[in-house]
Order: sequence, then C-alpha cells, then structure tokens
Amino acid sequence: MREFDLVIIGGGPAGMAAALAAKLEDIDNLIIFERGDELGGILNQCIHNGFGLHTFGEELTGPEYAERYIEQMILNNIPYELGTMVLGMNENKEISIISRERGAETVKARAVILAMGCRERPRGALGIAGFRPQGIYTAGTAQKLVNCMGVVPGREVVILGSGDIGLIMARRMTLEGAKVRAVVELMPYSSGLKRNIVQCLDDYGIPLMLSHTVVDIKGKEKLEGVWVAAVDERNTPIPGTEEYFPCDTLLLSCGLIPENELSKSAGVELSPLTNGPSVDESLQTGIAGVFACGNVLHVHDLVDFVSEEARRAGLNAADYIKCGTTPECEPVEVRPGNGVRYTVPSRIYCECAEDKVHIRFRVTGVFKGAAIVVKSGGRELFRKRGRIFVPSEMQDIIITRDKLGGVDSPIEVSVEEALK
Amino acid sequence: MTRELTCIGCPMGCELTVEVENGEAVSVSGNTCKVGENYAKTEVSAPVRTVTTTAHGEGGIPVPVKTAQNIPKDKIFEVVKEIKSIRVKLPVSVGTVILTDAAGTGVDIVATKNVE
Repeated sequence: MREFDLVIIGGGPAGMAAALAAKLEDIDNLIIFERGDELGGILNQCIHNGFGLHTFGEELTGPEYAERYIEQMILNNIPYELGTMVLGMNENKEISIISRERGAETVKARAVILAMGCRERPRGALGIAGFRPQGIYTAGTAQKLVNCMGVVPGREVVILGSGDIGLIMARRMTLEGAKVRAVVELMPYSSGLKRNIVQCLDDYGIPLMLSHTVVDIKGKEKLEGVWVAAVDERNTPIPGTEEYFPCDTLLLSCGLIPENELSKSAGVELSPLTNGPSVDESLQTGIAGVFACGNVLHVHDLVDFVSEEARRAGLNAADYIKCGTTPECEPVEVRPGNGVRYTVPSRIYCECAEDKVHIRFRVTGVFKGAAIVVKSGGRELFRKRGRIFVPSEMQDIIITRDKLGGVDSPIEVSVEEALK
Repeated sequence: MTRELTCIGCPMGCELTVEVENGEAVSVSGNTCKVGENYAKTEVSAPVRTVTTTAHGEGGIPVPVKTAQNIPKDKIFEVVKEIKSIRVKLPVSVGTVILTDAAGTGVDIVATKNVE
C-alpha cells in the first residue's frame, strides 16, 4: 500500500494552495488527487476576471489564477495524479481511489486535507412545479458548456437565483448572442456581489426581479417558458402576480453546497449550519490529522480567501505531521449570535491558539452602520464597525492571541445593529 | 447633476456619489480608495470595461481570452464579434496575443489559458 505523509483531496485552488504551503514546510511525501483532467478545478471554467486582487495584487481571470498555482506545483515538484477519483476514506485515513492508470487502490495517509469544493443546488432540491423538459441547467453547467466545450445551450434565457455564477452567466450568454430576459431572485436582496449586478446585468439592461420566483415551467419535451410571480415577506407566491416569460433555457443559480460525501464516509462531523466539516481554529476536523479548507468547508465568494485559508490548512497539517501534537487545553465553542448565520471555526483552543485566530462568517441580512461584536461571557473580545454588512460577502475577522487568554465560556459572534 | 454608482474596481462594491458637470466628474465621495475615484471619473465621461470571452481554437476547442486593457463599453459587442470571427492556431499560452487592435480600439486580445 502506498503511504503518504499528506494526501490532499482535490486539485482546485484550495488543494493547490494547501499543497504548496505544506511543501514549503518540507513535507515532501505528499500528493494531490484530482478527479478532473487538469489542475485548477472550477477556476478553469470561470473565464471572467476579478480574481487575485488580494493574492497577487492584480485582476486575473480564473484560468490565469489557476495557472499561477499550477506553475508553483511544477516549480516545487509537488506530485499530483489527475483523473483520479477518491471513492472513500475511513477514520484511519485509508483512502480508496480509482484511476485509468492504476485501477482501484487503497493508500494510507498520516494527514489529509479535504479540498473537494462544493456543488450547485440542483432543480430537484428546489421544488419547482412542472415537467422535466430539456433546457434546464445549473448556471455552472451552462458555464462549463459555453466556456470549456464551446456549446451555447440556448437562445432565450431566464435565470433563477442571483448568485454570482448566475449573474456572470447572464453576461456570458448575452455576449454569446442569447437574450437574457430576466434574473429572478426569491430574496429581497441579491446573493451576488454588487459589482456583478453592475457589470453583468445593468451594463446589458437585464432586469433583476427581487422578491420573485419561478412558480411553473411550461414544456414537456423542450422548455417553452416559465411563469414568474412576486412573493410576500414569507417567500410565498402572491396570486395574480404571475407573468409568463417565453424561453428555451432556464439557468439555476440557487446556492452552493459543500461536497462532503467523503467526509461523511470517514466519520467527520459536519456542521448543520455550513454543511461543511466542523473545525477548530487550525481548520482541523473532529478527526485528528484531517483538515478542511476552501468551499468544502464553507462556501466562499472570493478565491483569494480560499487560497489564504488553504495555506493555513497546509501549514497546520505540516505541523501535525512534524509534531503530531493534539492541543492540551479544552476547546471553547464558537457560535453565531444575532444576525450571524454560521462561524468557521466552531471551536477554538483558546489557550493553545496561534497568535492570530481567524473567524469567518456570513451575516443573515443587510445591516447598515452596524458593528460586529465578539463576546465570551461578559467579556468583549473584538468589535468592528462597518458601513454595510451583506450576506453575499463573507466576513473575515482576526482575534489576536492576547485577547483569548483565560477565555473559557462560549464565544459568540453577533451583529450589533445601529440604533434607529 | 448627481450620479450614484457602484464601484466595480474590487468585490467591496463601494456606493459612490459623483457630482457631474458637462460630462465630467467634479467630485467623488463614498469611495474607499483611489480605484473608486478613477472608476467614477471614467464611468461618467467614457465608461470602460475588461471583456472576457472565448475564441474558436483549432479543432473546435474554445480558447479563453481577454482584452489586454479596458476597452470603451460601447465597443464590447464589436470586439466580441471580431474575436469570434478568427480561428486561433494552437498551442497558445497565457498572454499569447491572438488578435491585435480589436475593433479599432488599439487593444490586443490575449489568451488566458495554456491550450494545446
């Protein structure tokens, strides 16, 4: 059985950044398993620009951002195996893989970094009435068809959900000659970045219908059109507001779900709030030596934050391999308070933590002039005021080690709303 | 005249307020950095964008490309049309110029991926 110090599952931005960090810490016996035919993961189909401002100080397209890391993989002799699907893993870090070159195989790892990314919420999970005609795709599937395979899936398009991929695809389909009739969003706000509403919708006169949803699909073999209705504050369609949009394509951009089948098979505890593994401040899961980073942990909006997080996972995995230590202090629970949907990590070893502890989270709604407050018991550990906090932007705060000394009651992250 | 804009310079998306006189910005507020000020000034006078799309590579393989610099916003469709009219000889690597002076903008189109 092949044995590795470190196995990284997934060769996208998270896997590559984690591998690079570990390799630079002299972890030489490592490998990346990637199921696709090339490294880079989802970046390869994200041909738009806007990546890398934090990491490289310039604006790159997805493939360019990936290429920077692929160059580092080659430069640093980091081994990777493509076309290699990881089928399962157990709590002893024995990993079953399969590939054309090697067939089925079981390998053993001292440490594992989970970097499998996420997948899109499909139609089946949305509960839209109507038949199952041809012409309904997730936005990411359409993105792959157009950008990687050179196939434009339709001519008249409605997009349900205003996640970033949906907004990007509204522009992309328009540039490929399609007519995008509307982007329909259930919530009263977009779940995509503001800049994408400006440069992907406003620039092309594509309407964004907030507080609306698709209530029916017309067409049996081939999609003919969709019925769109306004919803009330409980997200229930309002009778009489239905409007018919003829279209041959419906794209779904209704959220991303961390892809954790493997984590589950190994018995890694998942957080019901993120659908990703529950981790401590070193990004270690409930199984010693198994770390998680990137979109498999929680869905990010910026790849730059994925790379940074993955770098930390790589460093901590290297530490684990060299020292094998488990913290000697007791972890303190981190939980979301008012206005906060989830936090990563969900526990912190306060007495043994590094100098800087990142807490990443998303807010539950739009908050103007509010403050982010972190408290433990009656003690305030952190406070930051911001002009506006929105659900589409992941928040990243850093608490320094000196603030965490002696903290033993649960840490709560909350939004303190501005006085009306 | 006052115009409200959302900066597209980075993912923060600052809400900008621009005082415009004779098609030129006289003051910009709401920005966090210089990028926002520059964006507001060009956006009210002559808006520009970076355009990304795919070109047709040999054998039907799509080649991701971008404009090497920003181009005028009203030239986007012309530039894309010209990109679609050519057949790109492979292999290309990141930065390979596949088209010069696209649609008379003076801006080159470059590959953004190594394609063999």
